[in-house]
This record gives sequence, structure tokens and C-alpha cells, in this order.
Amino acid sequence: MMKITVAGEEKEVKEGITVAELIELEQVETPEYVTVSVNDEFAKRENLSAQTLAEGDTVEFLYFMGGGR
Amino acid sequence: MAFSNEQLERYSRHIILKEIGVKGQKKLFDASVLIIGAGGLGAPAAMYLAAAGVGRIGIADADEVDLSNLQRQIIHSTDDLGKAKVLSAKETINRMNPDVTVQTYRTFVSSENIMELVKEYDFIIDGTDNFPAKFLINDACVMAEKPFSHAGIIRFKGQLMTYVPGKGPCYRCVFKDPPPKDAVPTCKEAGVVGAMGGVIGSLQAMEAIKYITGAGDLLTGFLLTYDAVKMEFRKIKLPSDTSGCAVCGKHPTITELIDYEQAECDNHHA
Repeated sequence: MMKITVAGEEKEVKEGITVAELIELEQVETPEYVTVSVNDEFAKRENLSAQTLAEGDTVEFLYFMGGGR
Repeated sequence: MAFSNEQLERYSRHIILKEIGVKGQKKLFDASVLIIGAGGLGAPAAMYLAAAGVGRIGIADADEVDLSNLQRQIIHSTDDLGKAKVLSAKETINRMNPDVTVQTYRTFVSSENIMELVKEYDFIIDGTDNFPAKFLINDACVMAEKPFSHAGIIRFKGQLMTYVPGKGPCYRCVFKDPPPKDAVPTCKEAGVVGAMGGVIGSLQAMEAIKYITGAGDLLTGFLLTYDAVKMEFRKIKLPSDTSGCAVCGKHPTITELIDYEQAECDNHHA
């Protein structure tokens, strides 16, 4: 297991977890439209199942929010 | 122009602030802000900017006031039902503060008209309710080199970010393309707490005031999210490398404005 920070909270996850697996684990809403940042970079959408995370990584999920009027 | 005694009194709580003062108040008076969408976000934003003494406020919206708007769009009242939102908003602002010149545009923004609108203003507030408009505003502001505040609200959640040319990511850096129509719920389907417009729209007004007066740090390079259920604000740092962005990056591939297909809160094309 390893520790990463997901949306501001420290979590313990299996080593070598991919971004796509984390999206599933975290039950992210509308997963196909979420933007993911890992440390100071946007994760590439086409690469989410191949991109693995490492101990100490910081992951943020950024969601579309369309309302306003 | 020197302030009258009445104006000094009206703006005294600003003037006493060392970050604003008479100088900052003068900047507000000489400034112009365009508010696109006179609704949940645009209503409180327009009212606070009017009260703050922003000299010229533009409001763009093609809709009329509907009964379902009044739960959150506090610039309009029951007497305004059926009235053009821009007219209702203008009347409210005129009652609030005669110092403010209000310019109204009874139109929805499109690739045809948005550049003409944004170029006349110092700061733009996105108070729209649909992704096509939000992407259009972003691209137009990037192309016209105008700062703007983006925001979205739904259910018990809201978020906002500020774009200033050359100072960090634009909306499209974060969200590359609009989601397909109906892929992400709208306020009409999902609902929104009226006060959420007040919270987030007021923060947009705050960003405009800070941009104009130069007070404090702006929300550039960050997305501020608010979850009212958890009663939690988070200031999320956005990646700083914007060079690959399709509109604000080094080699933009989007060089013309795009009218995407519409889906929004109120069943109109916005």
C-alpha cells in the first residue's frame, strides 16, 4: 500500500494504482468528463488507464459545473 | 472628478480600507464590468458591483423574468414577471445607486456579437448557465485579452476561477471541450439552492473589485470549490503549464469563436 492525497485527503491505496482505477475507486461522478490533475499536471484523458500513481502524489478531480442563471 | 460629500459618505466603508481608499474608489468609478447572464450568479454580482460604485455596468441577457427565477435571482422581483431581465436589472441598479451607468444588451451571446461586447469592458463576469456560453466567453476573453471570472453552480455546490491574460490557466486549459448535450446535469434538472448564487456571484463581484482596485490576490491559477453540504471551501491549485492549451497556449488551434450546441437551465437557447 502507499499514501497519496486525493481531493485534499490522505488515502492509502494499492501500489501502482492507475488514475482510471482511482476514478473508479473514488466513485467519481460523470467519470468520463472529469478532469484529473496529478501533482502540477493535467492527466491526459487518453492515458488514464496507463498512468500509474506513486507514493506522495497529489490528485485532484475537477468537475464540470454548468449552472448559473 | 472629485467625489461629492454624499459619495464620500456612500463609499466611506471602502474609503476607510487601506487597500481601497479614495484612490481605489476612483478606480471603481472609472471601471466597467460586463455581466453576461442576469440570473443566479449575475444578479448578486451586479448588485454588489453597483453598490460598490463601479462606474459602468453592462448586462447581457435575452430572457424575461420567470416565476421560477425569483428563488435565486434577487435583482428581479415579483412585479418584474414577464419583463426583460436586463430592464428589470437596470431598474434595480438605478434605485440602488444613481452613480452607476447601466448598459443593457437584450441578447444571448454568440460568436457574432461577443467580441463587440467584451472589448468595451475592463472585466467580464460569466453568469451564464450553459457550457457553450461558458466556452464562448472564455475564448472571447482570451482572444480579446480581457480578464474574467468563470463560475458554475448546481445543487449545493459552486465553483469559480479567475482568468487574467498571461497569468495562469484559462477555463479551456482545465476543461478542454464542452461535455455532450445532457451529459452533465443542468440546474433545471438537478436544482440549485438559491443562496448558492449569492455565495458564488458575490465572490465573482469580489474578484472584479480586487482586479480593479489591485487589492489582494486573485483566484488566478486556482479553482475555488464550495460544497454547502459539507460546508467546505477548497482552493484547488491548477496546473501551471498552459502552453499546450488549444486557445491560450503557445500554438493555439482555436483561433475563431465556436458556437456549440446548447443545453441549459431554462429551456431557451442561451
